[in-house]
Amino acid sequence: MLLGPALAVSAALFALGVLGVLLRRNAIVIFMCVELMLNAANLAFVAFAQQLGVAGQIFVFFVMAVAAAEAAVGLAIILAVYRHRHTVDLQHINLLKG
Amino acid sequence: MPLPLLPPLTLLWVVPALPLAGSVVNGALALAAPRAKRAVSLVGVGVLVLAFAAAALAVVALAQLHPSAPLVVRYWEWLPVGDLQVAFALQLDQLSAVMILVVTGVGALIHVFSVGYMRGDPGYARYFAYLNLFVFFMLTLVLGASFPVMFVGWEGVGLCSYLLIGFWFTEKINADAGKKAFVVNRIGDFGFLVAMLLIFRHTGSLDFGAVFPKASAAFPAGGPVVTAITLFLFLGCTGKSAQIPLYTWLPDAMQGPTPVSALIHAATMVTAGVYLVARCGPLFALSPVGSATVAGVGALTALFAATIALKQWDIKRVLAYSTVSQLGYMFLGVGTGAYAAGIFHLTTHAFFKALLFLGSGSVIHAMHRAYHATHAHEDAQDMRNMGGLARYMPWTAALMWIATLAIAGIPPLAGFFSKDEILGAAFARGAVRPAWYVFWGMGLAAALLTAFYMTRLMLYTFHGPNRTGDREREQLHEAPPVMTGPLVALGVLTVLGGALNIPPLFGGGARLEHWLAPVTDVALTPAPDASPATAWALVASAVLVAALGMVGAFQLLRPEALVPARLAPPARGLGRLLWKKWYVDELYDAIVVRPVLWLSREVLWKIVDKRLVDGLLVNGTAAASRALGWVGSRLQTGEVGVYVVLFVVGVLAVVGAVVR
Amino acid sequence: MDGTRILFGGFAVLAIASAGLCITRRNPVASALWLVATLFSLAALFVLLDAQFIAVLQVLVYAGAIMVLFLFVIMLLNLGRAGPTDLKGPLGLGVGVLLAGLLLVQLLVLRQAGPAAGGPARATTEQGMIPTVARPLFTAYLVPFEITSLLLLAAIVGAVVLAKRKL
Repeated sequence: MLLGPALAVSAALFALGVLGVLLRRNAIVIFMCVELMLNAANLAFVAFAQQLGVAGQIFVFFVMAVAAAEAAVGLAIILAVYRHRHTVDLQHINLLKG
Repeated sequence: MPLPLLPPLTLLWVVPALPLAGSVVNGALALAAPRAKRAVSLVGVGVLVLAFAAAALAVVALAQLHPSAPLVVRYWEWLPVGDLQVAFALQLDQLSAVMILVVTGVGALIHVFSVGYMRGDPGYARYFAYLNLFVFFMLTLVLGASFPVMFVGWEGVGLCSYLLIGFWFTEKINADAGKKAFVVNRIGDFGFLVAMLLIFRHTGSLDFGAVFPKASAAFPAGGPVVTAITLFLFLGCTGKSAQIPLYTWLPDAMQGPTPVSALIHAATMVTAGVYLVARCGPLFALSPVGSATVAGVGALTALFAATIALKQWDIKRVLAYSTVSQLGYMFLGVGTGAYAAGIFHLTTHAFFKALLFLGSGSVIHAMHRAYHATHAHEDAQDMRNMGGLARYMPWTAALMWIATLAIAGIPPLAGFFSKDEILGAAFARGAVRPAWYVFWGMGLAAALLTAFYMTRLMLYTFHGPNRTGDREREQLHEAPPVMTGPLVALGVLTVLGGALNIPPLFGGGARLEHWLAPVTDVALTPAPDASPATAWALVASAVLVAALGMVGAFQLLRPEALVPARLAPPARGLGRLLWKKWYVDELYDAIVVRPVLWLSREVLWKIVDKRLVDGLLVNGTAAASRALGWVGSRLQTGEVGVYVVLFVVGVLAVVGAVVR
Repeated sequence: MDGTRILFGGFAVLAIASAGLCITRRNPVASALWLVATLFSLAALFVLLDAQFIAVLQVLVYAGAIMVLFLFVIMLLNLGRAGPTDLKGPLGLGVGVLLAGLLLVQLLVLRQAGPAAGGPARATTEQGMIPTVARPLFTAYLVPFEITSLLLLAAIVGAVVLAKRKL
C-alpha cells in the first residue's frame, strides 16, 4: 500500500512549506507556502482515508473550503496593506512592534 | 451549683451597661450637639447615680445570701475556640461588691464635681463620654468572671486613661503624657497576657471559678510555673498600678483634667492591680517568691515615691507621687497576704485621695480663674504661686486638712485604720519571714515622709502669705457648691470610712474583714497573731511617726520664705535630686528610649527599611519587572519573520513532545 | 513494483521538486506557477490514493480558482518582478533549513506511529467516487457542510469590505 510513501511525501511537502515561510519575505509567496502546507495535510488525510474510511476525504473537502475562504480574505488584506504602504515586503510591515 | 438568684443579681449587667449607655449618648451628643451641656450633665451624672443604686441593690441582695462561692451570671458564649471556652460572664462576690461600690460611688461624686470643673470647656460632652466609658470598663474589670473579660476591662480603662490624659491634646505635652501612659502600660499588659496564657496552658481554663479551685492541684506550691505566673501578673500590676519600675507614667498623667486624676489616677483604675492580686490570691498564696516580690516592690515604691513627693512644687505631682506611694502600701498589704487590709486601704484611699485631688482641683480652678481674669501666664498648679489660700477657700482648706490627717494616719480617720492594718500585718509576717521586718520598716519610714510632704503641701498652699499676685488675689474665690458638695461628701466618708473595719483591738468588729472572708480565706497564708502588747506598740509607733512627720514639717518649713515660681532659684544638692525625681525618667530615657530610637533610626529605618525593604524588595521588584519587560519588548520586534521562526520553534517543541 | 507505485513515485518526485522550485524562485509569478504544478501533481497522487472526487476538486478549486486569485493579485499589485529583499540572507537560510529539517525528521518519525503501512486494504475503486463521498457529506456531515456556506459568505463579505477602496 501507499500509506507510508504518501505520508513521507506529505511530510516533505509540509517541511518545504515551512521552509518557504521561513525563507521568504514576500507576503504573497508566504501565503502560497501556507497553501502548500495545507495541501501536504490534505495528502495525509487522503492517504489515511484509503485505509480508515471516507471521512478523511470529507475532511479534505472542508479544508479546501476553509482554504478558499482564507485565500479570499488573506489576499484582500494584502491588497489593503499594499494600498497603505505600497509594499508587500514583511520587512517593512512591522507595525506590530510595541 | 446554680443558686436561686434574686432579681438584682440576675440584672447584674445593668451596672456596667448604664455607664456604657451614658457614654454612647454623650458621645452622640458630643458629635451632634456639643452645646447641650445640660443634657450631657444629666446623662453623665445620672447614669452613675443609677449605676450606684443598682450596685447597692445587688450588694444588698448579695449580703442576704452571703454565699461562700461567687455568684456567676453567664450572658453569652464569647470565645468558643477549641479547648478554650470563654463566656461573657460577670461575677459578684464580696470583693467585687466592694469594688463596684467604690467605683460607682466615688465615680458619681467625681462626675458631679466635673460638672463644675469642666463647665467652660468646649469638649464638655466628649469629656463625659470618656468618663462614662471609663466607668463601664472599670466595672467590667472588677465584675468579669474570667481573665479575658477582666482583660477587656483592663485594656479599656487603659484606653480611657490615654484618652483622658491627653484630653487637651492640642498641647503636645498632654498628648505625650497620654502616649507615655499608654506605652508604659503596654509593658504591663504584656505580663498580664503571658500570665494568662500560662494559666491556660496549665489549667486548661481561664474562668476564675475553674482556675482557682484547681490551682493548688495544678501547681506545686512554690513551683517555678506558679512563680512565673504570679510574677507576670505582678508585672501587669506594676504597669496599671504604677509600681516600680513602671510608675513613671502616673505623675505625667496629671496633665489630664483634675477630676480625671482623682477618678482614674487615684481612686479607681490604678487600684486595678491591687484588685488583681487580691483576686488571684489563691495563686499568690502558692508562690512565696511572688508574694514577697509584691510586698517588697510595694514597700520600696511606697518609700521611694514618698521621697520624690518631698520636693515637688506642682500640687498635683505631689499628690501623684503620694498615690504611687499609697499604692505601694496596698501592694505591701496584699503581698503580705492581708488582702482585707489591702482592699480596706484601697477603699479608704479612694475616699481621701479623691478628696485631695478634687480639693486640688478646686484650688487649681480658683487659681486658673484668677490668672485668667488678669491674663497672667503663671503656673496655676505651682505651690510657690499659692499660699494663704485658706482665707479665700475655707471649705476646700478644711476638707483637705481632713484628708491630709487621714492619709498621714492620724486616728480616728480612715487612713489610720487601713494603714495600721497593713503595717501590723507586715510586722506579724516578719515573725515567719524576717524580710518582712524590713518591709515594715520601709512602710513606717514612708508613713513619716507621707505625713511630712502632705503637711508641706497644706502649709505652702493654704497658709503663710499669699504669693499669687496683688491683682490676682482679688479674683480668688471658693468653688461653687456643685464642686464643694462632692468634697463634703468625700470628707464625711474620709472621717467615717475607718468604721468599715475597726479591728478588734479597738473594740471593733473588723466588718470588712469578715465580709471579705469568703474571698480571702482561700488565699490567706496564716500569719501569727501579734500579742496585744505588740499590737498596741505598733499602733503607737505608727501614730508617733505620723505626728513626728507633721510636727517636723511645721517646724522645718517656712512658707513665709517662699518666693513665686518665676523668681525661685533652682534647687541644689539632694533637693535637686528629689526634685528631678531621682533622674529615673532620664535613666529610662538613656537605657531604653534612646537605644530603641537609635535602633529604629539607624538600623531599622536606614538599613532594614530603606535598604532592605525599599531598596531590595520594593525597588528590586520594580527593577526586575522592568528588566523582564525590557527582555519581552526585545522579543516583540514587530518583524513577522521573527514571529514565524519562534512559532515554528514552538511547533517543533509540541511535535517533539508527541514524538519523543 | 507495480505501475501504481511507479506512477506514485514519479508524481511524488514531481510534487516535491516543483514545491522546492516554488519556494526558491524570486519571481512571485514563477513561484505561483510552480505551486500550480505541485497542486497538479498532488491531484494525480490523490487519484492514485483512490480519491478521484478530491482530485477533481483539487484541480478545479485549488489550481483553477485559488491560484488564479493569487495570480490576479500579483498582477494587480504589479509584483511581477523579483523583489530585491524577498529571499532572506545566509543566516535566515541557515535557520530556516535547520528548523524545517528538524520538522521533517519529526514528521517522518511521527509517521511510524500511524497505522502500520500495508495494513488491510479496505479500498475499492468505488471509494473515491462522488456518491461515496457525497452520501455522508449530506447525511452525517450535513450541518458542518451547511455551516461552510456561512464561512464562505463571511469570507466574501470580508474580502469585499477589505479590498474595496470606498464603501
